[in-house]
Amino acid sequence: MIECQIKIELESFILDANFSIPDKGVTVIFGPSGSGKTSLLRVLAGLEKTHKGFLKIGDSIWQDSENFVLTHKRQIGYVFQDTTLFEHLNVQGNLDYGITRSSNIEKEFIDSILNLLDIKTLLNRSIAQLSGGEKQRIAIARALLVKPKILLMDEPLSALDNKRKQEILPYLDALHNDLDIPIIYVTHSPDEASRLADYLLLLDHGKVIGSGPINTMLTRFDLPMSHGSEATSLVEAKVISREKEFNLMHLDFPGGEFLVPDNHLPIGSIVRLRVSARDVSLTKEKQIDTSILNIFPAIVEEMSPEGKAQIMVRLKINETTLLTLITKKSAKILALKKGLKVFAQVKSVAILS
Amino acid sequence: MLNEYDLSALLVTIKLASITTVILILVGTPIAWWLSQTRFKFKAVIEAIIALPLILPPTVLGFYLLMTLGTNGPIGNFLESLGGSSIAFTFTGLVVGSVIYSLPFVVQPLQNSFGSIGKQPMEVAATLGASKLDRFFTVAVPLARSGFITASVLGFAHTVGEFGVVLMIGGNIPGETGVLSIAIYDHVEAMEYGQAHLLAGGLLVLSFVMLLVVYIFNRRFSIMRSN
Repeated sequence: MIECQIKIELESFILDANFSIPDKGVTVIFGPSGSGKTSLLRVLAGLEKTHKGFLKIGDSIWQDSENFVLTHKRQIGYVFQDTTLFEHLNVQGNLDYGITRSSNIEKEFIDSILNLLDIKTLLNRSIAQLSGGEKQRIAIARALLVKPKILLMDEPLSALDNKRKQEILPYLDALHNDLDIPIIYVTHSPDEASRLADYLLLLDHGKVIGSGPINTMLTRFDLPMSHGSEATSLVEAKVISREKEFNLMHLDFPGGEFLVPDNHLPIGSIVRLRVSARDVSLTKEKQIDTSILNIFPAIVEEMSPEGKAQIMVRLKINETTLLTLITKKSAKILALKKGLKVFAQVKSVAILS
Repeated sequence: MLNEYDLSALLVTIKLASITTVILILVGTPIAWWLSQTRFKFKAVIEAIIALPLILPPTVLGFYLLMTLGTNGPIGNFLESLGGSSIAFTFTGLVVGSVIYSLPFVVQPLQNSFGSIGKQPMEVAATLGASKLDRFFTVAVPLARSGFITASVLGFAHTVGEFGVVLMIGGNIPGETGVLSIAIYDHVEAMEYGQAHLLAGGLLVLSFVMLLVVYIFNRRFSIMRSN
């Protein structure tokens, strides 16, 4: 576990970071600008100092009432928001800066990181000769090459245009899948959060307002993300077969099978699906004459009014949780109530990874 | 061409300027770094004191140095009580005077360079495992390269060009404290305009070349950085 109880007064606000999160997978720190996300990351790195508080990563204590481990002894990988490569060194020099100050960095490990981020051909370049996307890949590699106990990433994509973002995202997916160290990822982009997060920590005005597994956080009615027309839920599924005739593939999830357009992912791959609450509708009887392919039996778990005309409904399809946004009128016609058995019709899904 | 007196003045000047520049970099770097990082309440007071030689008539500075370093001054007394002798009218005295006189020319460019690096490169270095001293030498110093070149050249050139301080505490002893600027004055006094022209012209060209080097280098450096 990563345990943090630190209250620190910063220039414009007070950050009250009191939370514990798993020490594996990707935890996304999410919140509006100015909510203290970057400050929280800096506290974890020891760049913001306070001598009160407690911070523990796995079995190393970085801060308690008596000790404060300085940043350079914390063994962290930190990827800053803007690219921060040293301009007086070339690419190789930048990578070596961390390597020579760490112990037990084997050649095979270095190779695996260079391959993971695909930067072997860039080593002799000067920093001025790199594109924005290349710079950020090198900054990520440099952070990983110190064999960190934890990787901290502060909006690593925010300085890039959309095309460069799409170029970097697959590498971030690869980090997610290949690394066994915890990653703390700061973003204010809901897209990045739902694509990368296993766990979500919500921050508002310097306070942690909730933390938990991503889909739970997206669908909890006491949290802001489950409200409004942008509300979504996520489903993890596995590619199990394809229908060649219609160019479709079958995705298995705890609760049924999705049929989606084939995007040539190999059989056995795990994919993350995003289902917008607006794209889910409800029926009492299973529809037969319909164009919708993805229909699942579900149970109404909870309802919450959305404005004057609509209502957000949380459904359970076995262990899978789905949100649907319907009108109050429809809810009345269907006589929706907690525990009612219904059919959820999913009109479209987006494959995130 | 250069007579023996001029030659010794040239050598003393070069020796003085070189030693002064080395000491200035060693003393000025920590001061400049501290000034660029500190939030000390009275920072402005320190900055003003360091900048004093920029506007003070050199004779004022020379006068106070003479008062403190001379036989009856506090530092002179202290040195004598240790069994040494006063450093007024010695080469050492000249070095002390020159270091104080040229300090702002070294501290200010260094402080500006360190300031323009910003906090972030040092924080990046810390996350990569570099201790405070390590990151100062491997990140701050290389990134402030242009500041070091400007500071060295200005410190050197300004020392070569000093007159008032040297006149007050140097005493113009040939081979010891007799420097070029005073040699020129002597030649003019003696109406040896040919010799005066040679030395004055030489200093003019030398100063121009040194400043040119600074500006060319800074320009190339800033172009490189903006790429």
